[in-house]
Parts: sequence; structure tokens; C-alpha cells
Amino acid sequence: MLLLVAAPLLLAAVAFAAPWSRLRPPVLLAGALVHFGTVAWLWAAPPAPAFGGWLAIDAAGQLVLLLVSTLFLVCAVYAQGYLARRRDRDNRAFVGGLLVLLAAISAVAMAQHLGLLWVAIEITTLATAPLIYFNQNELALEAAWKYLVVCSVGIAMALLGTFLLALASAGPGGPRSLLLADLVAAGPGLARPWVRFAYVFLLAGYGTKMGLAPFHAWKPDVYGEAPGLLGALLSGGVTSVAFLGIIRVLQVCLAAGEGGFARQALVALGLLSIGLAAVFLIRQRDLKRMLAYSSVEHMGILVLGVGLGGAAATGAFLHLLYNGLTKGALFLTAGNIHRAFGTKDIDKLRGAARVLPVSGPVFLAAFLAITGSPPFAPFFSEFAILDGAVQAGAWGPAAAYLVGLAVIFVGMGATVLRVVQGVPPEEARSTAMGDTLLTAGPPLALLAAILALGLWVPAPLRTLVGAAAALVGGG
Amino acid sequence: MTTWADLLFLLVLVLDLFVLASSRLRAGIRAVAAQGGLLALLPVVLAGPATETRHVVALALGALAVKGVGIPWLLARATRESTVNREVAPLVGFAPSMVLGALGIVVAVWYAGPIPLPVPGKHPLLVPTAIGTAWTGLLLIVTRRKAVGQVLGFLVLENGVFVLGLLLSDFMPAMVEVGVLLDLFAAVFVMGLVMFDIQRAFSSLDTEKLASLKD
Repeated sequence: MLLLVAAPLLLAAVAFAAPWSRLRPPVLLAGALVHFGTVAWLWAAPPAPAFGGWLAIDAAGQLVLLLVSTLFLVCAVYAQGYLARRRDRDNRAFVGGLLVLLAAISAVAMAQHLGLLWVAIEITTLATAPLIYFNQNELALEAAWKYLVVCSVGIAMALLGTFLLALASAGPGGPRSLLLADLVAAGPGLARPWVRFAYVFLLAGYGTKMGLAPFHAWKPDVYGEAPGLLGALLSGGVTSVAFLGIIRVLQVCLAAGEGGFARQALVALGLLSIGLAAVFLIRQRDLKRMLAYSSVEHMGILVLGVGLGGAAATGAFLHLLYNGLTKGALFLTAGNIHRAFGTKDIDKLRGAARVLPVSGPVFLAAFLAITGSPPFAPFFSEFAILDGAVQAGAWGPAAAYLVGLAVIFVGMGATVLRVVQGVPPEEARSTAMGDTLLTAGPPLALLAAILALGLWVPAPLRTLVGAAAALVGGG
Repeated sequence: MTTWADLLFLLVLVLDLFVLASSRLRAGIRAVAAQGGLLALLPVVLAGPATETRHVVALALGALAVKGVGIPWLLARATRESTVNREVAPLVGFAPSMVLGALGIVVAVWYAGPIPLPVPGKHPLLVPTAIGTAWTGLLLIVTRRKAVGQVLGFLVLENGVFVLGLLLSDFMPAMVEVGVLLDLFAAVFVMGLVMFDIQRAFSSLDTEKLASLKD
């Protein structure tokens, strides 16, 4: 288990120390391969909890590890092509930062102690900031600054919430510990007003990191200015571990008997995120900002599903995986389009399918997938959440969810079709940044995976998702 | 010792209002440094029989070094050497922001004070001070337009979190020390300020070059 954190850190040190920038992309790939192999091995042979129960892999953590490791491997292959095109930039901080990010994400996925969880999430924030600044222009600096300010406030809130939760555990009969297992076992022994107090701060804190409305202010700027590769990892990986943080807190609330309040807050934030994303997705002028608002929407769908509980919670955990993979395909192809046309302004993008014969169609297909068109996998998870809402008798949320999805489909569709179809401008047709095996292959592989998962879900995955949903009272 | 603790908590709250009201950056930085110094005294004054002495000393010295001296000094240096405008330039005027801050503190004392604490024998002003200070920090971050003003707000917010952490020092001392990691952010912010400045210097250099190549 320790290998998942130690191996990327070690290779990050190698990347920072290595004097040749050509050596670093293979180091990145090596880190991704070791990580992926270890995750697969740990899935096959589940390890015992380590370090006095501080590190353990439960179903939710395993699911996040699986998603992040797959996504990171695909992005590492993509990076071989991407960084070869960007020889003009020093890639030392980029490669090193990505590996540190991978280590921190793995630590979050395995953390069973809420203090450790907080530290690891803080490190993901610190590791991401220099990555956003990769393009080293004024806009990238502004985005990195905004990311740091907004997320550090979120992180401070989360620490405040963690302190309050520790306080709640200190009453008579309380465990005086922040280990998840102790807190859940203590359940009603926790001081309830302080649990509720803690939940508000923790939800605001990790919600900021996840990019839920109304705490999403950093998202459009960061996704707009960061390389597509980083957008894929942020929207599939970093937001997923923040979601995991919320899941951990929800587990404690459910055990303490504050479940009703906690669920209501999640449903409200989820619907707000979907609604706000729908408003900003209509007539969006910037390709990458459009994807950022789509990410706000899908984070909303995740917390909505978990908030509704039951079958919707199972749908939410499935959607965690499917959304991460689909966002990977979308961001990587959007990055290719951005490179080939030299702009991400919708008004100047035409005929991407002709300029980029693979990336263009993959982008279109991934759009169809993310907006919930069958037979792609997200259709089934989004439908499971709707089904769960109806089963729970939550007609209001179900109707709002459906309207939101429909508006987003139309709003995004108008933009995406304009970009992909039509006759490309003269200068874009002779671009030197066309599709290559290393830049177009990885998103194509992700798309294939989403299609395959839509047609057939392997039994072990189904069991894993069911077990993860059972942690928060779903099933 | 209760009276000393009372005095300290009140001074921390007064400094909150002072930072909200100060129009010069220099004064704001000094006030935040003073608040950090006061916070360093708190673990000593509040130490009960259950707390380890070694721990209290470490926490006090750490807070003094980082919150009272280190970060404010770095911040002051970054603003002195840069071309950052020394005025604070708030989005909300000083008087309204002070009223809002005072209102937050009153609400904190009124509502957070009476909630029974699960741990017995704690100072009654501790939780209200923590919440009031965190509120002031948030207010500063939201209402100040300049980057340095926002960093000051973050430092105040962080001080509020630190005060709340003191409740845990009996049974979970390691968690309180983890809070020091928040200061990492503060350090990064100062680095960011310097970078902003470098960026600006570069762009102005570039335009000068363009002009000199003309003839």
C-alpha cells in the first residue's frame, strides 16, 4: 500500500533532479505504470489496514484508486506526445508536480483518519498550483492565484470543520479520535450539535475543492488556462478525492444520527450546481470553460445521487468512475483542438473533424456520452440516479434534475456541433499540430472504455460499486 | 489566570476590528503580527494540568516564530520591495466592513458562547473568539481587492482556526500542530506576490525593448 505513495514521490524526486528534460516524460510513464500495476494487484489481493488503521483501502477508496490510476496512465501516455510538442517549456516542475499529485491523491484514497485526509487534500492543492502555471503567461498566473486563494480558504474551512469534529468526539462516551472506524462505531456517542456544526464547515471546505456551486469560482478560470492534460486529471482525479472527503464526513453524520440534515444539504447543493451549470453552458464562448461548467454540473450530479441515497447512491459511485473517464477524453481532445487551431474561442473554431480526423469525432462522441446518450456508460449511471430519485419519492429533485440535463444537452450541443462541423479556416488546415498516435490514441482508448462499460459492466466492478454505496446507506 | 486569558481574547477581537479598519497595508501587517504574538501566549495562559509542558512550549514558540514574526516579516518585505500600491482599496468601505465585522463578533458571542462544550473546563470566550476571528478573515478576503489585502485576510482566518484548535490540545495535540501546515499556504502566497511583481517587471521590460529597437 505504501508503494502507491512512495513510488510516485521517489520518481518525482528523480524528475526534479534529472538535468535533461527529455528524460522526464519516460519517468512520468514509469510512475503511472508502477501505480497502475500496484492498484490492480491490491484489488486482486486486498491488503490489511496499516499504521494502526490510518491507511486502509475500503470499497470507495478502491474505486477512486482505480479511476485515478487509469486516468493517470492514459494521461501519462498522452504527455509523451504533448511534452514532445512543447519542448519550449521547461517540464521539470510539470512532471515532478504531476507525480507528487498522484502520490497525494493515492494518500487521500487510502486515508482512514480525517486529519491525514485533510493533510493529503491540502498537498493536492499545493501540487496543482504550479501545474496550472505551466504556460507561464499572465492569464495562467491569474488562474493559479485564484485557484490558490479560493482553495486555501476552502482548506482552512475544512480544517476548522475537522477540529469541530474532533471536539464532537471528545464528549463523555466519545472515542476522542479522528479515525473513521472509531467515529462511525461511536455513532450516537458523538456530541450532535458539534457534528452538525462540523459538517457545515467540512461540506463548504471540501465542496470548494470539488467545485460545487456556489463554491466553484476557481473552476472555469483554472480549466480554461491549464493544459488539457491537467484539466483531465483535475476533473477526474482531484475532484473525485474531494468527493471522497465528503463521503467520509457523510459516513460519520449518518452514524451520529444527523443523516437527514446532511442529505438535504447535499441534494440542495447538487441541484444548485446543475442549475447554475445549465445557465452558464448556454452560449458559452470558450471551449475549455464550457468543459469546466460541465464539470460543475457532474459534481452536482454526484452529490445529488449520494444525497438521495438508496439506488441513487449506487448510481453516483458508478457515475464517479464514468464521469472521470469521459472528462478525460473530453479534456484531452479539447487540448488537441486548442493546439491545432491556436485558439479556444468558439467563434474561431470550425471544422475540427476535418483538421483532426480522430480528435474531432472523439470530442463529439465524448460530448454525447457526458450528456447521457445511450449506449455510452454515463447514460446508465445518470439513469440510475433518476431511478433512485423516483424510487425515493423525491419527485421535485427528479424533475429539476431532468430539466437541467435537457437544457445542458441542448446548450452544450449547439456549441460542440459548431466546433466539430463545418469548413475549417485556411490557416488551421495546414497546422503542424495534427493528430498523432500519442495525442489522439489516449482519448480514443478512454472513449472505447466508456463504450465498453456502457455495453457490459464486469461483475467485480458491480460488486465494488455496490459495496461503496453501502458505506453511505445505498444499495 | 482567567483574567489574563480574558484580556488576551478581547485583544485578539479588538485587533480583528483594527485590521478591518486600517487603510494602510503597513498598519494591517503590523496588527496581524501582533495578533500572532498574542496567539502565541494563549497556549501558555490556557494550559491546564492535563497538558504536557513540552507541548505547550513547542506550540507557543512555533506560533510566535511563524505567525508573529516569520510570515508578517516576509509579507512586509514583499510589499516594501515591490511596486504594490500601499493603499488597501476595499470593495466595501471601512465603516461598513467594521460594522459587519462587529456584528459577526456579537453574533459569535451570543450564539456560539452558550452551546455546551463536550470538553469541560474551557474558557467561555474561546469559541466566540475563534468564530469571530475566522469571520473577520473571510470578510477581509471577500472585500479586499488587492492581493496583499487578501493574504492578510487569510492570515486572520488562519488565526481563528488556530484558536479553535487550542480546544483539542488536551487530547489531540498532533492535530493542533497539523494546523501549522496552513502556514505553508501563506508562504506560497508571499511567493506568489513576488512572482506577480516579476511578471509585471518583465512585461514592462519587454515594451521598453520594443521601443529601443525602433531606431
